[in-house]
Amino acid sequence: MTSLLTYTFKNLRNTSKWALRFCVRPLSSSSQVQAAAASQTKSKKTLAKPNIRNIVVVDGVRTPFLLSGTSYKDLMPHDLARAALSGLLHRTSVPKDVVDYIIFGTVIQEVKTSNVAREAALGAGFSDKTPAHTVTMACISSNQAMTTAVGLIASGQCDVVVAGGVELMSDIPIRHSRKMRKMMLDLNKAKTLAQRLSVISKFRLNFLSPELPAVSEFSTSETMGHSADRLAAAFAISREEQDEYALRSHSLAKRAQDEGLLSDVVPFKVPGRDTVTQDNGIRPSSLDQMAKLKPAFIKPYGTVTAANSSFLTDGASAVLIMAEEKALAMGYKPKAYLRDFMYVSQDPKDQLLLGPTYATPKVLEKAGLTMNDIDAFEFHEAFSGQILANLKAMDSDWFAQNYMGRKAKVGSPPLEKFNTWGGSLSLGHPFGATGCRLVMAAANRLRKEGGQYGLVAACAAGGQGHAMIVEAYPK
Amino acid sequence: KGSLSFAGYICRSFTRASALLTRTHINYGVKGDVAVIRINSPNSKVNTLSQELHSEFMEVMNEVWSSSQIRSAVLISTKPGCFIAGADLNMLNACTTSQEVTQISQEAQKMFEKLEKSTKPVVAAINGSCLGGGLELAISCQYRIATKDKKTVLGSPEVLLGILPGAGATQRLPKMVGIPAAFDMMLTGRSIRADRAKKMGLVDQLVEPLGPGVKPPEERTIEYLEEVAITFAKGLADKKITPKRDKGLVEKMTSYALSIPFVRQQIYKKVEEKVRKQTKGLYPAPLKIIDVVKTGIEQGSNAGYLSESQRFGELAMTKESKALMGLYRGQTQCKKNKFGAPQKEVKQLAVLGAGLMGAGIAQVSVDKGLQTILKDTTLPALGRGQQQVFKGLNDKVKKKTLTSFERDAMFSNLIGQLDYRGFEKADMVIEAVFEDLSLKHRVLKETEAVIPDHCVFASNTSALPIGEIATVSKRPEKVIGMHYFSPVDKMQLLEIITTEKTSKDTTASAVDVGLRQGKVIIVVKDGPGFYTTRCLTPMMSEVIRILQEGVGPKKLDSLTTSFGFPVGAATLVDEVGVDVAKHVAENLGKEFGERFAGGSLEMLQQMISKGFLGRKSGKGFYIYQEGVKNKNLNSDMDSILASLKMPSQPDVSSDEDIQYRLVTRFVNEAILCLQEGVLATPTEGDIGAVFGLGFPPCLGGPFHFVDLYGAQKIVDRLRKYEAAYGKQFTPCQLLVDHANNPNKKFYQ
Repeated sequence: MTSLLTYTFKNLRNTSKWALRFCVRPLSSSSQVQAAAASQTKSKKTLAKPNIRNIVVVDGVRTPFLLSGTSYKDLMPHDLARAALSGLLHRTSVPKDVVDYIIFGTVIQEVKTSNVAREAALGAGFSDKTPAHTVTMACISSNQAMTTAVGLIASGQCDVVVAGGVELMSDIPIRHSRKMRKMMLDLNKAKTLAQRLSVISKFRLNFLSPELPAVSEFSTSETMGHSADRLAAAFAISREEQDEYALRSHSLAKRAQDEGLLSDVVPFKVPGRDTVTQDNGIRPSSLDQMAKLKPAFIKPYGTVTAANSSFLTDGASAVLIMAEEKALAMGYKPKAYLRDFMYVSQDPKDQLLLGPTYATPKVLEKAGLTMNDIDAFEFHEAFSGQILANLKAMDSDWFAQNYMGRKAKVGSPPLEKFNTWGGSLSLGHPFGATGCRLVMAAANRLRKEGGQYGLVAACAAGGQGHAMIVEAYPK
Repeated sequence: KGSLSFAGYICRSFTRASALLTRTHINYGVKGDVAVIRINSPNSKVNTLSQELHSEFMEVMNEVWSSSQIRSAVLISTKPGCFIAGADLNMLNACTTSQEVTQISQEAQKMFEKLEKSTKPVVAAINGSCLGGGLELAISCQYRIATKDKKTVLGSPEVLLGILPGAGATQRLPKMVGIPAAFDMMLTGRSIRADRAKKMGLVDQLVEPLGPGVKPPEERTIEYLEEVAITFAKGLADKKITPKRDKGLVEKMTSYALSIPFVRQQIYKKVEEKVRKQTKGLYPAPLKIIDVVKTGIEQGSNAGYLSESQRFGELAMTKESKALMGLYRGQTQCKKNKFGAPQKEVKQLAVLGAGLMGAGIAQVSVDKGLQTILKDTTLPALGRGQQQVFKGLNDKVKKKTLTSFERDAMFSNLIGQLDYRGFEKADMVIEAVFEDLSLKHRVLKETEAVIPDHCVFASNTSALPIGEIATVSKRPEKVIGMHYFSPVDKMQLLEIITTEKTSKDTTASAVDVGLRQGKVIIVVKDGPGFYTTRCLTPMMSEVIRILQEGVGPKKLDSLTTSFGFPVGAATLVDEVGVDVAKHVAENLGKEFGERFAGGSLEMLQQMISKGFLGRKSGKGFYIYQEGVKNKNLNSDMDSILASLKMPSQPDVSSDEDIQYRLVTRFVNEAILCLQEGVLATPTEGDIGAVFGLGFPPCLGGPFHFVDLYGAQKIVDRLRKYEAAYGKQFTPCQLLVDHANNPNKKFYQ
């Protein structure tokens, strides 16, 4: 998880002319003409498989993603999840009793609502006869929610499933220390005054020091930012490259926001506050401004800073997933098919954030596609350095041969097809909710720009990773 | 600049100022205005500060200083896991007088002083061991950057070789880390990990080791270290960075306190007292170190440097230093597998018996990643053993050398069970069941029924001949002895015993496993008591005799420890266990007859019948209580000692005689082992005696002892005792040969 970096980020100045120029080039090449031409030469016409149900995303929404500690700061996670669910109901008009199952992903659990999927669904007015469960897999939690849904539908257990994710980093469960908890539990059991006094007599002042949710990997005790800095160094990625990439992300996100491309965002009337209509973390700055920031993790010479890392974010997302025949029978025009997917895991110390590198060639192979078949790449941007390291690793025969047991590299995705509507660095990254955003961004981009196949990939704490192929639904 | 470029991190424009000059140890180039000096001595796993390296370095530095293009320098090693491991010991050994050694020291002092006064900042970029002379070089630089790798350690281990840091560290370290920390480093010789070194002020920056990128992690880490060091070198040259670091409040207060002469005097006194108590006057180096540090602080650095080089020269010529250096060489030799790589590497180990030894063996295996089955016959016995392993690992977590996560992953390598399930996949079985031949026979037969053909069967025993254990084996070529020492996780020695039938590959496999367990290994031939137990037993026999002659256990303990043994002789009996001692003495007594004569076994018998088994039963010669540190004499022993009392002979009962009666019997037996071919080399004899039995390290082991003190003197002693007591003191032929020919040495 990224550390509390946002404050420095706010100080950055707004768009420079330079940045605008910088973002124009990648966008200009993604014209519909080009994409259409490319689809003529696909390795496969479709990824439909005989005797397996086609699974579609009817549509998906998300609350605006906000910097933690801003407008959502007084909410609870299930409030945000409920907003996403209500938004989905409103967007799709799906009858509540049609939904067979609800799954949500989340990372930092609020202990009062540990099955946040159920609490949010009940509050959003879904049928109390619709079961719901919550999954967790670090930053790919909502990816896991979606693929669980795919499994339920493919196996014929369900026809209609809502999958989503939520994260509220404005409030986190800070606990009493273990010693204090033990004393409190012992006190509960003590019956007589003497027993109680004897328990209380063991109290020491250090019992009061609180316990925060772990920001570091449990297995390695290393924070993710620290690991990202080492990863960038391992791939010899400079501070300038990282700042340039972050600026690209912010510039592209700004453009997408201004042009109204982020159509998955639904407004959210926050109780006691104004209606939130858009993401508030998009802040294109200038390279000069960004260069002034000090490294956030490896001091004083590291390269990962607040400006080239994703920030702590509050937000929720939800998608409506159906069997194709069910969607058609209900009169829907789905947005995309969910096709092959892949989970991978690797060394949580030195390859913590390389999940996309491992997952991408595997999922392509499984689907029978090549890099050239992909029209839209949507990769989760945890850190600029992490994205650039993944791009370099995918482009390295040495890495493929020595660490992935492959004969050759898969190649790195062309940047003109890569996260062209911004990414987690700029749009924000509510851990549990990002997966659904990635899928909807890929689906919406394919619809808008006319491609056929999208590739979604993400890294996650624990050294895990995920990739999935999204196929545009024929118009 | 429209698209993202993947151009290298730092432009690799390498202007090779002196590329054509051929140097063997140093490769030198210039990046911008920073000279990068890369050390990599050819044909060696480590860099050592040799005369050649020294002169090449001087040459390069002179170029750096005279070049107008260069403004700063980085000093780095491209050898994986080693910056500079120390001075070249051969260089010291080649000297025959203390003046020569002093000369070497003064040359190094001059070079480092020049380096220290360099107007162009020099950054030492440290990856791997930075010890002895390596550390002295590093602390003469203006700035130090170290990788936070487990292999990166800094230290002044000279004291362990009986010498002192002779290239300025006695003068620089106290200024750099403070007097107390400097004393601690130089008097214990301990290695300091990079993160601790940063806290102490020994290094200025840390660099994290990297994982894989587009080249191997080790290679890229060194490259990255160099890149970071270059930025700091530039920063220092531009005066954007100052090499001074902020001191904490405690540190400031300490350094203020140490500016008061009275406080300093108190510290010298305290440290000296402590050293005298611990070394018992047997090791000259620590006291000289204190003296040299004191001279530098109280009389100025000129006096300090002079004193350092002179004391260094004197120490290098002492017997103690020669003994300790010999041990160091021996230890290095005994960490190699001279039998080659085994045909099949052991991946699955099984240990039979979850007692103290079995669990200890399991612990040193699982923490190196070896899959280990621990088998016992009852659940409580197994549980006790599993807990011992867990505790051993958990203690490391408490000391912060392991994380709790690493502990758990290591503990998962241990499978506890009561049956032989999974033994069909075992590559090696080490039995550590009770020392009873028929029991050992039974488990050998049971095990052979379930293990695969290639599996080695090793017996952990201190005295039962392996050949006898192997008589019931269907495949005696796969049977070998692996004698571990208690406590297994602390004692470095492993004695491997081969029978005439043991195959070479079986031996190679046992040595390989032992090395992976972190052991120092001697390989000896089978025979009663092998090597270690056989040397110890006659000495123990003499211990009983001396006790019978009326010397109390406390007095005896103090006589042995003041001779250099880490544990007193009476305490040793308690630690080994009275029953075990008797068992061994009886068995070996039968084999060796009068040469093992001395005290009466009746004493041990009576102790056993009263339940005085030593530490494990709470009573032996002493009383052992949980949580009580100072042990008291067991007064119930008085009647036993009184009943077995024998008259002492005054002409062989002085304190010194008592010490020599013990030591000469030990030494004589060790040499006999070499004579009989039980030992292959004197080195293994010395290593076995020091690391397994606590033979005084300052004497270097029985063979070094004979070489350094003279065989004739030892034979004279033995003859004198022989006249008083009889054949147990008769010197063996090989020792007599050495006495007759003073040119004959065990180490040439």
